[in-house]
Amino acid sequence: MTTKFFGEPVRRREDARLIVGQGRYLDDIGPGAYAAAFVRSPYAHARVLDIDVSAAMDVEGLLAIYTYEDLTGPMAEPLPVLIPHPQLTAPRTGYPLVRDVAQHVGEPIVMVVATDRYVAEDAAALIEVSYEELPVVVGVDAAEAAVHTVHDDVPDNIAARHHQETGDVEAALAASAHTLSFTQYFERSASMPMEGKGVHARWDDADSSLRVYSSTQASTSVRAAIAAKLELSLEKVEVIAPDVGGGFGVKIVHPWPEELLVPMAARLLGHEVKWTEDRREHFVSSAHERQQRQEIRVGYDDDGRITALDVLVWHDNGAYTPYGIIVPINTATQLLGPYDIPVYRAVVNSVYTNTVVVTPYRGAGRPQGCFAMERTMDRIAQERGIDRALVRERNLIQPDQFPYDWGLTFQDGRPLVYDSGDYPAMMAKLKTLVDWDGFAERRAAAEARGKLLGIGMAPYVEGTGPGPYEGAHVQVLGSGKVLVSTGLTSQGQGHETVFAQLAAAELGVPLEDVEVTTGDTRRFGYAVGTFASRAAVVSGNAVALAARGVREKALRIAAEVLEADPADLEIDEGLVQVKGTPGASIPLRTVAVLSNPLRYAFDEAARQATQFAGPGDDSKPPVAVGDAPGLEHTDYYSPLRSTFASGAHAVVVEIDPATWEIAIEQYAVVHDCGTIINPMIVEGQVHGGVAQGVGGALYERMAYDRDGQLTNASFMDFLMPYASEVPDVDIDHQSTPSPLNELGIKGAGEAGVIPGSAAIASAIEDAVGRRIAAMPVSPTELYDLVRSDAERVINTSPHDSGAMA
Amino acid sequence: MLGGDPHPVKPAPFSYADPVSVEEALDVLAAEGEGAKVLAGGQSLIPLLSMRLAAPATLVDINRIPGLSGITAGPDGVRVGALVRHAELLASAEAAGVQPLLGRATANVAHPAIRNRGTTVGSIAHADPSGEMTAVLALTGGSVTVATPGGREAVGWGEFFLGPLETSVHGPAVVLDAFFPALPARSGTAFAEIARRKGDYAVCGAGVVVTLDADRRVSSARAAYLSVGLVPEVHDLTDAVIGQPVDSADWTAAGELARGLVDPDGDLHASADYRRLLVATLTARTLADAGAEALTRMEAA
Amino acid sequence: MTDMERTISVVVNGVPREATVPVRWLLSDALRHGFGLTGTHVGCEHGVCGSCTVLVDGQPTRSCLVLAVQMDGHEITTVEGLSRSDHQGGQVLHPIQEAFRECHALQCGFCTPGFLTTIAAGLDARDPSVEITDEEVDELVGGNLCRCTGYANIKKACRHAAATMREGAKVATPAPQDEEATR
Ligand SMILES: Cc1cc2nc3c(=O)[nH]c(=O)nc-3n(C[C@H](O)[C@H](O)[C@H](O)COP(=O)(O)OP(=O)(O)OC[C@H]3O[C@@H](n4cnc5c(N)ncnc54)[C@H](O)[C@@H]3O)c2cc1C
Ligand code: FES
Ligand code: FES
Repeated sequence: MTTKFFGEPVRRREDARLIVGQGRYLDDIGPGAYAAAFVRSPYAHARVLDIDVSAAMDVEGLLAIYTYEDLTGPMAEPLPVLIPHPQLTAPRTGYPLVRDVAQHVGEPIVMVVATDRYVAEDAAALIEVSYEELPVVVGVDAAEAAVHTVHDDVPDNIAARHHQETGDVEAALAASAHTLSFTQYFERSASMPMEGKGVHARWDDADSSLRVYSSTQASTSVRAAIAAKLELSLEKVEVIAPDVGGGFGVKIVHPWPEELLVPMAARLLGHEVKWTEDRREHFVSSAHERQQRQEIRVGYDDDGRITALDVLVWHDNGAYTPYGIIVPINTATQLLGPYDIPVYRAVVNSVYTNTVVVTPYRGAGRPQGCFAMERTMDRIAQERGIDRALVRERNLIQPDQFPYDWGLTFQDGRPLVYDSGDYPAMMAKLKTLVDWDGFAERRAAAEARGKLLGIGMAPYVEGTGPGPYEGAHVQVLGSGKVLVSTGLTSQGQGHETVFAQLAAAELGVPLEDVEVTTGDTRRFGYAVGTFASRAAVVSGNAVALAARGVREKALRIAAEVLEADPADLEIDEGLVQVKGTPGASIPLRTVAVLSNPLRYAFDEAARQATQFAGPGDDSKPPVAVGDAPGLEHTDYYSPLRSTFASGAHAVVVEIDPATWEIAIEQYAVVHDCGTIINPMIVEGQVHGGVAQGVGGALYERMAYDRDGQLTNASFMDFLMPYASEVPDVDIDHQSTPSPLNELGIKGAGEAGVIPGSAAIASAIEDAVGRRIAAMPVSPTELYDLVRSDAERVINTSPHDSGAMA
Repeated sequence: MLGGDPHPVKPAPFSYADPVSVEEALDVLAAEGEGAKVLAGGQSLIPLLSMRLAAPATLVDINRIPGLSGITAGPDGVRVGALVRHAELLASAEAAGVQPLLGRATANVAHPAIRNRGTTVGSIAHADPSGEMTAVLALTGGSVTVATPGGREAVGWGEFFLGPLETSVHGPAVVLDAFFPALPARSGTAFAEIARRKGDYAVCGAGVVVTLDADRRVSSARAAYLSVGLVPEVHDLTDAVIGQPVDSADWTAAGELARGLVDPDGDLHASADYRRLLVATLTARTLADAGAEALTRMEAA
Repeated sequence: MTDMERTISVVVNGVPREATVPVRWLLSDALRHGFGLTGTHVGCEHGVCGSCTVLVDGQPTRSCLVLAVQMDGHEITTVEGLSRSDHQGGQVLHPIQEAFRECHALQCGFCTPGFLTTIAAGLDARDPSVEITDEEVDELVGGNLCRCTGYANIKKACRHAAATMREGAKVATPAPQDEEATR
């Protein structure tokens, strides 16, 4: 492979259309489509007694109203449990439209289709639904208490008890020199992409086929789900993810009720139908994440080395479990971070509440895990009087311990084995970047200004690039254009650019010649989806493999023409040439033409490949046995197991004790995602992740009241940070390539968000000297905290503990 | 229960009028009765329409009425017409010269794009106790001119604000302008607020005026707050600092006095106690700034 | 005197257009679904995110907080209208559009049109020969939400575009004789 383009900050190809308003997002499609709107439950838990649509029927422009009664066949059955797991003993999913009991505010009950959205909302507002309100369960504590149940037939509200351990934790705790136990909370936030979900469907009656556009992270699986639910043969359904305005996890879940109902309506009405989620709907009917209560017990020695760790997590999974227990598994396994922990047990009780479903949001259980582990480290440091960085360093897995096999099972069902990393070097970089050892001076200077300064840090390890597989198709056309397609979708990660870089590097063609299509089942039917920082790793390697297949074939054909050994050939700037022999060359596009023996000269280029164009080898068939016409190749990459990226964040916060406002003074990031294809894009991912981490730590929360009403379901009150709230980020890189794939890549998509809450909690605690046992934290809560009898904490300065060490 | 979760994003049907005179506007408002609403900048009203939290039968858009735009700054004060956008007021040096609070407070209203369209008078007519300009009208002892079919009259701020989003104006009426009295001599002002995100409605805000006597001693200290009460409140804090030399006045004591005078509610973003703390802090800080400004102005005069 | 539908005349991206719109239509809907200008995006429809920002008579305005009918007689610029066509029929991008690409200031691109219109208007309104300050940049980007980029590169793009415009201004106005020469 030529290294040109690989590792370069190549400018993004997708931008050309996006900066002039020529992107094609879901709501831009199908201007003539009918519009769908939904009547959604206003109650968190209620039995639907009656639906009276009579008043709505008079609305001019109304086309159809659907309730559960109108669903037939598989549509009348519960939505699929996407990722079954033996420990998910009581999985529950809803129906596309509520059958009899609504389990959260926002669950769809009636679908209205009308000429436009205004009219559809008019009709929806006139539909009268009568309810019998049922007792509501909100929050993990209420779910655990199980005074009331979410699902009648799940009396303890427990969907799953996820359990993993590496040894006898009770014995190890008993044998530990010191132990600590404590409980802490983590609140709900959400992916909250700027573009909500949306579905557009067109039914072709003559062809009995369906084309669906969905703002999804998993078009191939949406396709399969629609085919199954609408009882269509797979080849009669096409699903395309157009430009997607952000995903961050919420669009990996599928099929959303609307992804089935809109195609159903399009088919029944014989007309295009579209639904564009509005912001309020997104708040109350898409997914959230992150609420947990964590009960931690840890044993450690005099030096602060952990000897045993026991974690019991109560995880709020909302009303249903469509995405299985992926988030609990991530918390249980990724909690461990970069540390060498001899005996470990994790139990995660995943419980039902009458709230929106909980499915992965960027980080997917890892921020909570990191919070558990890192707060534990801080407590050990405080209890032993050791510098917090030093305690962490003493517990790190050392470079010579890789591959590090935990003896646990990861979220991909494969063994949890860290592939590579250099955690001590990473921590050293971080300490330098944030000047950890020089902090005392900064704190003193701030104190002189009447401000409280605090510092915190949190490293993490992130399993990225899980299987099962991704594939890619690469084809060189007679025009020289190179088509790359993969079934994997994009939501702004720059896949068009990154995959083009890989293909161009592999094939030795100019970047401009490469055209990438993602997430279109017409072009590539096999894919898993975009999640878990897997695109670059899994699809990236697949693209490289497919391009290599093309390259091999190209060299073989060119070798015949040039009468050379394929091993002596190279491709540069789209020209196949004999190394060191100028002039002995053939353009790749000509090779493409020759690769497809023709009878008909439909254009000038094609002439070269026709039957009488030149002398052939009469002893062989025009297309050799086992060969295929065309210069194209499809290949798949299926990783043995996940790769493990790592990183560490450090934060300095400044707190004004007269207002308890929390300002981030400095935010430092060291990250290691193996080999980098495009550093510009990777840094962009880190920036975005950090902003979400800061949002989750200081601003965002889903404020459900006791009745299960989401009281801040708007951008006015759900405080996603503006630029004014996001700090500048100092970034330092480290690269320990993954030995698991040839490119050495590890994923980078989620890294930036993982340690945010842990590091910020640590810094705030350091500044105010009070225990932070719940995140996020706002100024008003901080004010309450410092006036309460919350535990006082003192961190030893690096200087003191240096002496101790 | 009618319908479901009741917050769609498209306005319910209404009819629309865009009169070109105040009289015509009043005619439409009178003819349409309770169901009619004035539309000014729309930055508060349109979101309410979209979420169907308001569903007036008729919207009376006053944007085409001539004579409602314009800022008149005179020695007595600043008159701000109903169609003056926040951005215009913010940019007006004349207005700031006569009453510096206008620019200072307006800078805290939302973000520039909202300020380009939203009107100062609209925000007063909207009577949101978390609005900056309601507090400033109160603090400066201002008034509004209200046109009704019966005529035009000036209504003082104390009479105008009745409760959150509620004014004394009922029935067909258009607020023509707001009048903010000039800053008195030997006085200084300051404005500060704390919002969760920059540009958000404040969790708490304070505007203050400090007046000195000829000996540079505090003769008056008054403050108005936003997001602490149901209507804009003005508190006289003079007692805490009366007669103290401005450069060593005990502003903290004034802040503490204010803390005891307010009775805020708690909500999602701030507890009542926290608001009291902010009242104390912001009061002390703004009074210090205002005192310093009063001194500077006095010395310059 | 009152009605449910109106015909309005507007100049959109320099082109006079007429349309009959229901009076309750938001400008954002009229642009997207009436005029087919789908570059203007809708992220919240309650005025907070800024994705829908367009220029009304040159001023950044939330198109979800204005009724289309109110635009009669006004001039609207959307992201599609930020670039100008050159003499060869190509497109000349606004410096901020170039800068967004150059600085990787967009990821999913959904918020981008709102940022571009807002920043373009702000940059066009300032004296290009003066170096842009951090405060100006903060003000230009501060009222719009982006969930992808963390804003760092959007701010960078602002500075980049301002620098480009500064260069342009130097070329356009003959530079004052430099001190060396006058001395
Ligand atoms: C995201 C966002 C953030 C905001 N942040 C702030 C903030 O921090 N501080 C703040 O103060 N405001 C804020 N606002 C509101 C903004 O300032 C509005 O402009 C203002 O509150 C109302 O002015 P308007 O001209 O838009 O009035 P409209 O929305 O047109 O009207 C509001 C109400 O007042 C009535 N009304 C308006 N003008 C008149 C009149 N002349 N006569 C009679 N009745 C009238 C209307 O009938 C309506 O009931 C924010 C708005 C948004 C969308
Ligand atoms: S869509 Fe208009 S501000 Fe969000
Ligand atoms: S680039 Fe995706 S929201 Fe800004």
